[in-house]
Amino acid sequence: MTETLPVERDLRRVIGDGDTQPDGEVDGLDDADLVELFRQLVLMRTYDERSLVYHRQGRIGTYAIFWNHEAMQVGVVCALEDDDWIFPSYRESAIGLLRGMPADTILSWWRGHPAGWWNPADYNVASICVPIGTHVPHAVGLAWGKKLRGEPTCAVAFFGDGATSEGSFHEGANFAGVMKAPVILFCNNNQWAISTPLEDQTAAETLADKAIGYGMPAVRLDGADVLAVYEATRDAVAQARAGDGPTFIEAVTYRAAPHATADDPRLYIDPDRVEEERQRECVGRFEGYLRRRELLDDDLAATIRDEAAQVMRDAIAKAEAEPDPDPELLFSAAFADPPRSFDHDLAELRRILAGE
Amino acid sequence: MSELTLVEAINDALHVEFARDPNVLVMGEDVGRVGGVFRATAGLRESFGVDRCVDTPLAEAGILGTAVGLCMAGWRPVCEMQYDAFSYPCLDQLINHVGRYRWRSGGKMEFPLTIRMPYGGGVRAPELHDDSPEAYYVHTPGVKVAIPATPADAKGLLAAAIRDPDPVVVLEPKLHYRTLRGSVPDGEHVVPLGRARVAREGSDVTVVAYGAMVPLAERAAGALGSEASVEVLDLRTLKPLDEDALLASVAKTGRAVVVQEAPRTCGYAAEVAAILAEKAILDLHGPVLRVTGYDVPYPYWKLEDAYMPSVERVVDAVRKLLAF
Repeated sequence: MTETLPVERDLRRVIGDGDTQPDGEVDGLDDADLVELFRQLVLMRTYDERSLVYHRQGRIGTYAIFWNHEAMQVGVVCALEDDDWIFPSYRESAIGLLRGMPADTILSWWRGHPAGWWNPADYNVASICVPIGTHVPHAVGLAWGKKLRGEPTCAVAFFGDGATSEGSFHEGANFAGVMKAPVILFCNNNQWAISTPLEDQTAAETLADKAIGYGMPAVRLDGADVLAVYEATRDAVAQARAGDGPTFIEAVTYRAAPHATADDPRLYIDPDRVEEERQRECVGRFEGYLRRRELLDDDLAATIRDEAAQVMRDAIAKAEAEPDPDPELLFSAAFADPPRSFDHDLAELRRILAGE
Repeated sequence: MSELTLVEAINDALHVEFARDPNVLVMGEDVGRVGGVFRATAGLRESFGVDRCVDTPLAEAGILGTAVGLCMAGWRPVCEMQYDAFSYPCLDQLINHVGRYRWRSGGKMEFPLTIRMPYGGGVRAPELHDDSPEAYYVHTPGVKVAIPATPADAKGLLAAAIRDPDPVVVLEPKLHYRTLRGSVPDGEHVVPLGRARVAREGSDVTVVAYGAMVPLAERAAGALGSEASVEVLDLRTLKPLDEDALLASVAKTGRAVVVQEAPRTCGYAAEVAAILAEKAILDLHGPVLRVTGYDVPYPYWKLEDAYMPSVERVVDAVRKLLAF
């Protein structure tokens, strides 16, 4: 029986502050892996920052910013095998980049274009879940279903602090515990659900406490520490593959950017607290770690940033070059064998669109 | 052929489909140890093992949500909702995901899941054991809906639902689980989705019905005797609808009464009436009439006979239409 009590209160950290807090080390990552982690962090950061610009330029629609959430996404995916499944919320919209998904696919999704469709099985990345927490049972079902087939696959569901108030989270977590599903419930606790702070979301001392009720162990860590995320996920994956069931990971950070492009956090958030968080943001912290270990210098950092910028320039050009979608796509994807009424609807629509 | 009750026919379908396809599993509340509160899943756990006949936690959205994930892992889950009205929590998953996921993946990922549930009233049960929720399901894009009226169709439509590459909701008339017995083909038996059935031929008026209202319509036709030649059309599948059969019948009779147990407003009968208005207006000798439940919550059972469409109300509608 896995020990589930008590939930730890301290946040796990690996990366030091370059001053009084020393750097730690994690097993399983060599120097090249560490530099690759940085490359991925920079790619994600660049995707996010460029997307905000593209939104302001009117080149993509409403966009959910994930600035300073990159370490959670990169650290988790690094600890998975390619066969393991990822169930993202909109906060992890670009996580497919870490599985080889083209950036223009994701930009197309935010452009509301069907070129943003992907087959989840191509990347083992589920579609972006827009309603809050409703994908938690999907991840649990996938993990349970793979286990029933005798496959060693795990699944990870990403969700925010607000999602822990949703019934879907609780039902999914309960199924995960009962079925001993090889799943990781990864809570990105950035302490804000749009304008609602954590204290209005829950009376629990920590979100990790909720795991106790579902018979699963929980870990709390610094969500801006990519190595702490990696280490905890790696251990949770090992436990899941060993047949010991799910783990809840509460990654604590602070939302240092608006919820989305349509949000104005000046109405509710303390700007000093945001500034403090921006000073300890996750990409810079890991860059400091690598420089202290002399794995990164100015030239390499610049090369990595230039490569990421080029990826985004190419991606937005490709996304914008997509022709307007044919109205046929309205009808063709909803059913394997669309009803005959769709033929009639499409023919009539084409006639009217043609001005006949 | 075997003489089976409606619920025995459902149980037979599950055994046949389980044996045919090892990816089919059943999940729901009390489906395993006890074989379902109506025994629809009895014997599956003994024959096919605990992994394929799963007693789940009591959480309808969790059942359907995990079923979505099971589909992604290659399973074909058959989810039992214990009662019609207990299925409402699963609408969250149905609307947000089950009906959309294929579209969301550009048609590339299949979600071949089945949701089956007993529905309908007339069984002297407590509140919320009596609803006819078909309109919620029919209204959800990406989802098909079937409602059998006979034991043979209960088997054949469920088999079709299980084999279908898309999500299908099957509503089973619980009133007739044990009160209706009929001939059911042995072994594999599939009734294709989207094909209606003429339950009784007639020439003066078409009574359109589905599920538990089909035997009622047949009784009304019998009660009218030589007064009117009534055709009873059993739709069998509400989505996709067999429009050809509907239009052909009404072209023949020129009159239509649509019977549903659900509340009237925005019910399925309204859709049938709208289709007839759009496509059969020149065939009609009079208005399309509806016989439905009322726009009130399903009543406590001392009042349910007054709520439910009755033979008398169907007869009354037919007479009104003939006199129009």
